Amino acid sequence: MSIMIKAEGISKSFGEKRVLESIGLEIGSGEIFGLLGPSGAGKTTLIKILTGQLLQDGGSAEINGNDSRRLTGDERRRIGITMDDFGIYERLSCADNLKIFARIYGMTQKDVLDALEKVGLSEAQKTTAGKLSKGMKGRLKLARAFMTAPDILFLDEPASGLDPVSANEIHRLILSEKARGKTVFLTTHTMAEAEKLCDNIALLCDGRIVEYGSPAEICRRYDHQRMLKINLRDGRDIVIPHNKEAAVKVASLIEEGKTETIHTTEPDLETVFTEITGKELSA
Amino acid sequence: MKNTWAVFMKQVNETFKNKTILIQFLMFPMLVIVMENAVQIDNMPEHFFVKLFSVMFVGMAPLTCMSSIISEEREKNTLKVLMMSNVRPVEYLLGVGSYVFLMCTAGTLVFAVVGEYRGKELAVFTAVMSAGIVLSELTGAMIGIFSRSQMTAASVTVPVMMVFSFLPMLSMFNESIKKAAAIIYSQQLSEMINGIGTTDISAKSVVILLVNFAAADVVFAAAYKRKGLE
Ligand SMILES: Nc1ncnc2c1ncn2[C@@H]1O[C@H](COP(=O)(O)OP(=O)(O)OP(=O)(O)O)[C@@H](O)[C@H]1O
Ligand SMILES: [Mg+2]
Repeated sequence: MSIMIKAEGISKSFGEKRVLESIGLEIGSGEIFGLLGPSGAGKTTLIKILTGQLLQDGGSAEINGNDSRRLTGDERRRIGITMDDFGIYERLSCADNLKIFARIYGMTQKDVLDALEKVGLSEAQKTTAGKLSKGMKGRLKLARAFMTAPDILFLDEPASGLDPVSANEIHRLILSEKARGKTVFLTTHTMAEAEKLCDNIALLCDGRIVEYGSPAEICRRYDHQRMLKINLRDGRDIVIPHNKEAAVKVASLIEEGKTETIHTTEPDLETVFTEITGKELSA
Repeated sequence: MKNTWAVFMKQVNETFKNKTILIQFLMFPMLVIVMENAVQIDNMPEHFFVKLFSVMFVGMAPLTCMSSIISEEREKNTLKVLMMSNVRPVEYLLGVGSYVFLMCTAGTLVFAVVGEYRGKELAVFTAVMSAGIVLSELTGAMIGIFSRSQMTAASVTVPVMMVFSFLPMLSMFNESIKKAAAIIYSQQLSEMINGIGTTDISAKSVVILLVNFAAADVVFAAAYKRKGLE
């Protein structure tokens, strides 16, 4: 598997404030990679550096083997980007929004309609973009990013602030891009999203990567957090650490005929994150 | 070229949707039709309103449109997306600029028809107006480049536009304003337009216009170099 996105020792400060510190990453072709972290962790800053929108102070980043600071027009075309602050033309229809980029990239009207269909906006092609719901705007932005059939997608919080149904729509789109062999780099602050979509994740906290690996791997590493949850006949629940001492306690509860059900609970990424950083993830 | 075309067509698509811009293109051409037909005062110079409004139009419309379009794209971060799609700043400015130029030239033709310019007069009038449009566009683009939002752009645009479009009118009534305003392109445009059919364009006017062009170019280049379009 070839490396599509590579970062080495990336650091970045804004004035006195150190935002990123020696960030290293390797993301393979066809992988969905999730960058997780609380608000202000530096996720957007890292995407900007990787895509050449911002210059790093130190270190290097390569996209498909090309230095991100010197991407040519063709190389840029192979990258699709959506950022929170990327605008759409609110007065123009969805189709006219995409048509601008179709003209830039030498694509046809049919390509525009295909792009809209892909994100389920065919019905809304004549709708003024400013009148779309938040989720639909998000999909229009994705359509624009997908339009040139890029190999690599950078999606900055693609589903943030959306209702579960709209978020699911976006997740489905991201997974279908993966199925086409695309490499996806996304940021999120919801663990559930990362666990659902990502092959690998990195936890970013105060500008440093504090954990790196597949969601399952990371959870296993924090397995000492495994708990036993026992539902008692009288309706109470008790949660105890899953260890040797628990055996005695559980045995006696069963003997006394007090137990209804017993479950083990694996730590989810959310708890792992809180344990590592001492911070709550959701903002 | 295709990038410039894409930006140009984006503006074309927006024509009837962007009311702030549309009204700039329409206001004076419509006003001149109404006033020329409705107001008849004895001893009023021939086609007085054509001469008055065409100068105001040229000082106002291109400037306001350029600064408003560019500052809005900066504020809403659509410009950034264009730049990320390999549109170069020059291509962008040419796209927006040629659209505004075309729309303002349509307005110029309305003035020319109402003013009954023919032959050489028509040629001089359109040439003078075109020069004015380009100068105003440069000024407007400069304001757009320096403004982070439409609001800040407007707060700069209004006074600048007042100077360019109202001074020529005020200088009709006051000699010292006229002297001071002589260095401004719109004052020279006003004098050229008022002289159409009677006096030939003076070398002095042409020189002042060229100096204005040079100054606008230099300031624009400096602004652009310092700020870029980001
Ligand atoms: N242009 C800038 N100038 C100064 N400080 C900046 C700039 N951009 C970002 N920062 C700071 O860098 C830090 C990281 O910002 P960044 O936007 O990368 O965080 P994030 O992880 O994307 O947060 P969020 O989840 O809220 O989007 C923040 O403290 C922010 O204030
Ligand atoms: Mg962010």
